[in-house]
Amino acid sequence: MRFSALKILKEALTGHKGWQPMWRDPVPQAEYDYVIVGGGGHGLATAYYLAKEFGQARIAVLEKGYLGGGNVGRNTTIIRSNYLLDGNEPFYEFSLKLWEGLEQDFNFNAMVSQRGILNLIHTDAARDAATRRGNAMLLNGADAELLTRDQVRAMYPWLNFDNARFPIKGGLLQRRGGTVRHDAVAWGYARGADMRGVDLIQNCEVTGLRIEGGRIRGVDTTRGHIGARKVGVAVAGSSGKVMSYAGMRLPIESHVLQAFVSEGLKPFIDGVMTFGAGHFYVSQSDKGGLVFGGDIDGYNSYAQRGNLPVIEDVIEGGMALMPAIGRARLLRTWGGIMDMSMDGSPIIDKTHVDGLYFNGGWCYGGFKATPASGWCFAHLLARDEPHKTAAAYRFDRFLRGAMIDEKGQGAQPNLH
Amino acid sequence: MIINHPILGPRDAAEFVYLGDAALINRPDGMTASVETFHDYLYLRDNPAGEHRELWYHEQGDRSWLVVTRNTVTHEITKVELARDVARAQGRSK
Amino acid sequence: MTQVNRIAGGQIDRSQTLRFTFDGIPYQGHPGDTLASALLANGVRLMGRSFKYHRPRGVIAAGSEEPNALVELRTGARLEPNTRATVVELWDGLVANSQNRWPSLRFDALAINDRFNSFFTAGFYYKTFMWPAAFWEKVYEPIIRRAAGLGSLSHLEDPDAYDKGFLHCDLLVIGAGPAGLMAALTAGRAGLRVILADEDYALGGRLNAETFEVGGQAGSDWAAGVVAEVSALPNVRVMRRTTVYGAFDHGIYGAVERVSDHLAEPLPGKVRQTAWKIYSRRAILAGGATERPIAFENNDRPGVMLAGALRAYANRWGVAAGQRVAVFTNNDDGLRSATDLQAKGVDVVAVIDSREGGELLPGIRHLRGAEVVDSQGRLGLTGITVRDARGRTEVIRVDALGVSGGWNPNVNLLSHHRSHPTWREDIAAFVPGTGGPVGLVAVGAAAGAFSTHAALASAARAAAQVVSDLGGKASYDLPQAEDAPVAISPLWFVHSGKGRAWIDPQNDVTIKDVKLAHQENMISVEHLKRYTTLGMATDQGKTGNVIGLAVMAELTGRSIPETGTTVYRPPYTPVALGALAGRSRGKEFKPFRLTPSHKWAEEQGAVFVEVGMWLRTQWVPRQGETEWRQSVDREVLATRKSVGICDVTTLGKIDIQGTDAAAFLDRVYANTFSTLPVGRCRYGLMLREDGMVYDDGTTARMGPNEFVMTTTTANAVLVYRNLEFARQVLWPDMDVQIISTTEAWAQYSVAGPNARKLLQKIVDQDISDAAFPYMGAGEITVGGLRARLFRISFSGELAYEIAVPTRYGDALIRALVEAGREWDAVVYGTEALGVMRVEKGHVAGNELNGTSTALNMGLGKMVSRKKDAIGVKLSGREVLVAEDGLRLVGVKPVNPAHPLTAGSHLLKIGATPVVEHDDGWLTSMVYSPHLGHHIALAYLKNGAARIGERMRAVNLLARTDIEVDIVSPHFIDPEGERLRG
Repeated sequence: MRFSALKILKEALTGHKGWQPMWRDPVPQAEYDYVIVGGGGHGLATAYYLAKEFGQARIAVLEKGYLGGGNVGRNTTIIRSNYLLDGNEPFYEFSLKLWEGLEQDFNFNAMVSQRGILNLIHTDAARDAATRRGNAMLLNGADAELLTRDQVRAMYPWLNFDNARFPIKGGLLQRRGGTVRHDAVAWGYARGADMRGVDLIQNCEVTGLRIEGGRIRGVDTTRGHIGARKVGVAVAGSSGKVMSYAGMRLPIESHVLQAFVSEGLKPFIDGVMTFGAGHFYVSQSDKGGLVFGGDIDGYNSYAQRGNLPVIEDVIEGGMALMPAIGRARLLRTWGGIMDMSMDGSPIIDKTHVDGLYFNGGWCYGGFKATPASGWCFAHLLARDEPHKTAAAYRFDRFLRGAMIDEKGQGAQPNLH
Repeated sequence: MIINHPILGPRDAAEFVYLGDAALINRPDGMTASVETFHDYLYLRDNPAGEHRELWYHEQGDRSWLVVTRNTVTHEITKVELARDVARAQGRSK
Repeated sequence: MTQVNRIAGGQIDRSQTLRFTFDGIPYQGHPGDTLASALLANGVRLMGRSFKYHRPRGVIAAGSEEPNALVELRTGARLEPNTRATVVELWDGLVANSQNRWPSLRFDALAINDRFNSFFTAGFYYKTFMWPAAFWEKVYEPIIRRAAGLGSLSHLEDPDAYDKGFLHCDLLVIGAGPAGLMAALTAGRAGLRVILADEDYALGGRLNAETFEVGGQAGSDWAAGVVAEVSALPNVRVMRRTTVYGAFDHGIYGAVERVSDHLAEPLPGKVRQTAWKIYSRRAILAGGATERPIAFENNDRPGVMLAGALRAYANRWGVAAGQRVAVFTNNDDGLRSATDLQAKGVDVVAVIDSREGGELLPGIRHLRGAEVVDSQGRLGLTGITVRDARGRTEVIRVDALGVSGGWNPNVNLLSHHRSHPTWREDIAAFVPGTGGPVGLVAVGAAAGAFSTHAALASAARAAAQVVSDLGGKASYDLPQAEDAPVAISPLWFVHSGKGRAWIDPQNDVTIKDVKLAHQENMISVEHLKRYTTLGMATDQGKTGNVIGLAVMAELTGRSIPETGTTVYRPPYTPVALGALAGRSRGKEFKPFRLTPSHKWAEEQGAVFVEVGMWLRTQWVPRQGETEWRQSVDREVLATRKSVGICDVTTLGKIDIQGTDAAAFLDRVYANTFSTLPVGRCRYGLMLREDGMVYDDGTTARMGPNEFVMTTTTANAVLVYRNLEFARQVLWPDMDVQIISTTEAWAQYSVAGPNARKLLQKIVDQDISDAAFPYMGAGEITVGGLRARLFRISFSGELAYEIAVPTRYGDALIRALVEAGREWDAVVYGTEALGVMRVEKGHVAGNELNGTSTALNMGLGKMVSRKKDAIGVKLSGREVLVAEDGLRLVGVKPVNPAHPLTAGSHLLKIGATPVVEHDDGWLTSMVYSPHLGHHIALAYLKNGAARIGERMRAVNLLARTDIEVDIVSPHFIDPEGERLRG
């Protein structure tokens, strides 16, 4: 069934009897060619592209909870490709280009909204860094503009320009950045994959990996054994646990990142904005809520909830930047588990087990990567070689000294 | 969170800085260990969902490094030790 | 204006009249009123509009769970959008306005959406607005955003102040209803340090809204008596208007006290709100319960309320919600509303009781086995359609309907640690499950103990248990109180026709939406929530969520507990962002760190710059200088020509002592320090364990076992932390002690050919080149006063850094400037400092970017492989030592008139500007007044081998493309003759 305005009109006039399930709830088959572990954004996108772009079949996605229940369902919805390093920027620009055609591709309105993302600059050194970054973006075919203080002021006159501890001196703007309705991304991929024959199996937790003679044979699950020729793991937040079934230790720690939404307010923030002198970024949703966040709590956690110091730190940053939000109210906070990697960049790679592939380590930036991550993981699964934009996302980069460290923080995950 | 400092008693975790897995105590010898050994030490983690021994530094306090045993699922803290004592017990000296 | 619905009784002070306006119309109320009770008293039912369909909305609740009656309170910079009228205490002169409507509340243009509701089903927007692609941002979304949001912010700076505070207690009691009061009384009498917090301004909880007695007196009087007793106890702190909004780890709770929200504006010197962090050993949740409605068609009209709220308005505020009232219930508690209202003389025209059989209420038309199936009225309720046990329908004319579908324990705080509540069939409600915050127990209605007696008993028991757990002894007497059983036959929604029945009146989620979600296989409770937005309104679904679950349960043939619940998240009720930020805003966002000569610099008219939390002198303009470059160029030229003075106090300083101090430094620096003679200093590179340089600085050997280390300003704290790690954890038996002395010393750089002459005038010792050679260091005196002198140079000139105890910093800068007068000494700031270090080719922040090795910086030879030092091993990884890796070079424009820009990328002549041709970038750029053109440092691939190559510095952002020559990074005095002078 194709979604369209016409379809809605028809259904509205006939009592909405014709809407079909978004996806089936199939019984797992005994064996698949491809088993994707994890029905979050990246897993679903991988299955979708495997079927659609790489012509593969006999694909299942195994999800321990509900589809889209991973970080795709609990993030702050930002998309951008404003990266600095050569290992990253081509990948994220590929992802942004996929976002730009995504809704027409999978026939689901995920509200990809290119409202612009503005990184504020508060020091001369930050301007130098933004200049370097903006040029790296342009050299990679992305878009970037360096704004003066006056240009920023024209965009957001209510920012704290006159009484700031760290004055705004300009900004790096990527107009093609923006926001996406996060749940809809999971649902769009799920529906698109289901329509192409992918079995989406919810409430099916992988409890073991069946490995024989150095080769993957399948997975053990709470719904029994499922055979597989190839297994792709995309389970951010549980990466360590699942890969431990293959005896692997990862260059990843699990950390909690909190996110925040205010009560609905009449829109006044058009785009996405990040504070350069504190831990705070914000956008405003199409429902009117200020969606914002800051830094991770900083300690290993699987608890999906955080603590007060970071809540206060983030909101202090918000008030410092936008003194008018004092009388808006915080509606809800929540936490997600981040795969924090050792250099702040992800891994899409084979493992020492034939047929076992890994996708993880997205830190708190995995949402924007969803389309390219799915595409590149599907590429790797189908062709056994990395996609050219994801060629740097290897396990062995730490051994070789080829880290992709955007922040320059080194091997300390909670600083990335 | 509250960390029960072995010398100073209960202190808000906000006074501390977090480093990570207490396995970072076991730094290989730079003159004898291989790059691979250093790689495993610096970059790989057990990252357990459950009990985790981890390093915290009392930056807004007495500047002790502590080994805190904390559950990463419940955040319950069951043990707090001076990292120096732990390091010595593990055979580190000079 | 008369208060048409004001009836006798209630806890309001009728001796005083308060005036207020709503949408510009003046009304009157009394102290004790909320905005909602006062509006109802004045016969105002229409208070807002819903989010999606812009349907008329009136108040449905009497507490903080209210989803509908949201107003913009106050005006100007104090405007507060989305304020629940049910929790606003009335004050004289209060101004409130309705929101999310245009042009007026009664005639809202967007109510047109309601006509098209059959198109605007759950998730309709996911299925359309996709063509053409470009229309989303340009056409569809602007229209959607114009309709988005509820209230407006003023966009002016919040004029009020907020505080933060810390409280400690043995027991935190959350909620001061009968259970909370009993718990606080029991624990307080036993001597525990107790905090009793309640969101309301009147303590007593439901006792204020009920007519029954406790201990032989009116419930509210009993409450007042307990409040008086515990308030008098020195170990009990009673906090009104205080919402405990979140449960965090290890007994820490977040609470917000609304100090001044009941006033027109805060009293002078007072804050609007205080955000408390409460550290408790134990906590008791006595947060009561929230009534839920029963869904039926058109159940959203103003005048349809919760039955318990109807009763609360009558009993507590002396307000009848209408002139002709009916009650629709599935449980005995609903009957209480009818009898209470009737006792107050309100015309209760019918009680529609969905339960079959049982006793009938005397003197009231009590319809058993009946249901309300529809309602009438445009801007307010005018009638309900009732279907009786035999299926006959009739329209009953009413202007208020109280609905009771039972009560939900307020388990919210208990699920803040993501534990799920469990289902109790007998009360048809979720009660606290296991796995909640450690140390927190629920009592009273929050635990499903709904009768007053049960609430008091459970609270007293729990408090006594806490007392005993903490080593005390408690006893208690339970006062006499009603102990009515919960008599409920669950009814969640009325099966009837094709109309809409609301379960989330704010977001306009109806039963149809739940059915559509089911039809589309969005049946997981999380999918239901996310697809329909059920429970995502400002009340987090406190009243209606469970109905959505019940509908889904029926559709899927599962039970409600099998269907599951979503998790409540903090905060319990929305919290003003200002409160959570406290004082950290504006200039007070972060503290200022000022050097001892800051005041002096201010006197000189210095321009300051933020460097971390420090303010440093950036340059010091002299009369006639209108442009910053004039000042900086002058400072540089004067320093290089004669002498300049710069405040370098902000550099990190660490004293390191002990018999293993030298060996320790060998471990933490990549280069060797154990060979450093006493009285000398050495430049050091500090690596992270991954081999990247993260800090540099000079360290002086003041004695055999005594060193003074300097770090960069930015990394002072980090270096110190890492030294402690190395000392305590990596090499715990080394005899080495460290202490940060950054704040203990004021330090000044004196640089330039006349530096020695200047200093010699003020120091007591001989500092001739022979006595104090290049890289010398030592203790000296200045006018007999203890000081330290280091002959080090960042500028490349003959230079010293002199340090005195902080309290003499101001005196020293004045002395230095005075002494330098005869050589026209200048004071230079960070800009001139930066110019001179780039001229000299020293790395600084922009080069110490955390991804650069010593090799990248051209300092590879400093890394000693003869010893074990942090970072050395991994700095040798294959990619990091690649021949063609980045190397630090100098860059100058071919045409001296051409400017350079830091951040420009280096490309070969003729190469197209694409990433494959990207060879490096300019890290730091300055104008060198000495050379008369811009110069820059750069990281360039294989840079060492490319000195002399002509390239382009391309800045695509500014569309500039400058031809440059790659040169040595040492622009001035590469042989170092000046600094050895």
